[in-house]
Amino acid sequence: MAKLILSLEGSMIREVALDKERIMIGRKPSNEIQIENLAVSGEHACIVTILNDSFLEDMGSTNGTLVNGNPIKKHILQNNDVIEIGKYKLKYVAEAPAAGHGNEDFEKTMILRAPSKAAAAAPKPANEPAPPPKPSTPPPTPWSVPPPAKPAEPAPAPAAPAPAAVAPAKPADAQPLAAVQILSGPSAGKELDLVKNLTTLGKPGLQVAVITRRPQGYFITHVEGAKFPIINGKMIDAQAQPLQDHDVIELAGVKMEFFVKQ
Amino acid sequence: MNDLSNVIEITTATHPGMVRSHNEDSISADAATGLAVLADGMGGYNAGEVASGIAVAMISAELKKALAAANGELDAAAVERLVGEHAVRANNAIFQAAQNQAQYAGMGTTLVVALWHDNSLVVGHIGDSRLYRFRDNKLEQVTRDHSLLQEQIDSGLITKAQARHSQNKNLVTRAVGIDPEVETEVHSYPVQAGDIYLLCSDGLNDMVTDEDMELTLASLQANLPLAAAQLVQQANDNGGRDNVSVILARVLKSFPARSGLVDRLKSWFR
Repeated sequence: MAKLILSLEGSMIREVALDKERIMIGRKPSNEIQIENLAVSGEHACIVTILNDSFLEDMGSTNGTLVNGNPIKKHILQNNDVIEIGKYKLKYVAEAPAAGHGNEDFEKTMILRAPSKAAAAAPKPANEPAPPPKPSTPPPTPWSVPPPAKPAEPAPAPAAPAPAAVAPAKPADAQPLAAVQILSGPSAGKELDLVKNLTTLGKPGLQVAVITRRPQGYFITHVEGAKFPIINGKMIDAQAQPLQDHDVIELAGVKMEFFVKQ
Repeated sequence: MNDLSNVIEITTATHPGMVRSHNEDSISADAATGLAVLADGMGGYNAGEVASGIAVAMISAELKKALAAANGELDAAAVERLVGEHAVRANNAIFQAAQNQAQYAGMGTTLVVALWHDNSLVVGHIGDSRLYRFRDNKLEQVTRDHSLLQEQIDSGLITKAQARHSQNKNLVTRAVGIDPEVETEVHSYPVQAGDIYLLCSDGLNDMVTDEDMELTLASLQANLPLAAAQLVQQANDNGGRDNVSVILARVLKSFPARSGLVDRLKSWFR
């Protein structure tokens, strides 16, 4: 379970588990996290937790709420986010969504459904002769969701955000920048940096090839036209062909050289 | 029934991804009928692919039959109804199988159905498998996921940009075969010659950004099979954490259900 670590000027005051759907932060005693300080509004902010996600919302406080130094109205909390309310700091620590193989289960698509529907499902098979009660049918909790990532041993890397939460990675960016330089024809000498994951070359309708940037390197593939590209004097087939530094590509009658820039 | 094989070019690609040992996605595409079906199964052991397999096989076979029987005499509303009806039948079949056989308990599947008919596209979907339209070099998402994340976006709780970081990506709020009843979301859209439609399982859109999908289609639209293979490859290059399936369909020209009087006479004498 995720938690908040409340601290003032570097010294920890207490830990609060985000075990309720809604946790209020403010100066009044009605708040789950009460901070008695005049810089804090009566109802300053709240945190809504839905399954594995926690959302921080400023409740229209006088002095505002900061996350990692930036003022926010609404914010989806990431592991190690630091919330600032007045002089107080609340560090958000997410439960580590099990590293390694546990991750795979977590990625699986799961159905989320309300109990009313599930209950409606139960009487239906009653018209069958003596149906044995199915152990899987009645959900024990309001949401019949397989237990979210088990609280297995927390990942050793402290600051790294949970892998499951990371947006599609761009490992292709790790490739050194490469370019093609035109060697013949009217635009000879021109250079084209391969800054995108896909760069098309040639004349549409006549002959087109694409250079793809992948974690394994750069590849050239035939896209359209009767003729296939020629690499170092040899015509390639429909398969993607890895490009080496200083390969010469011949395409639609134009020669160009592929080279790595750094 | 109109044969659309000269009108629609369809290509498919499916891959288990880099992490999973087997593929729980099922796909089917038939250019002649103008029908594409994609399902992403879920459920323990092998049940996921059973559910998606039942959904795709039933819907593609029976919709084809129903369309042939109607002989092209269907209006848009009737086609929409057909799509909804057959999704419900698949739901019943999967639900019954799950109830009757212990090893299938709890299985279900997402579903997206695309049916081209009379210059329009009828799209039915349940869950988080998607349909996108690529027109004038712009990619646009047509379906809206039935997922917790989409509900959170709709209610203003989080923005689309924040959604990228959510850990609740994989929770669908609707699926085929989980409950005795299911509601299919069905809509019709006008089609233009040159449109490219993309059906995909979440294994694609979770791993590849919409911008990269758009760039891929813009660069490789001349070669649809290569574009499909490239999309799958990008998902795998980015980690391939889920099965990934792609159906690409290009509309080559307009396809009115009833041709003009002259055409009808011509076909008479053929």
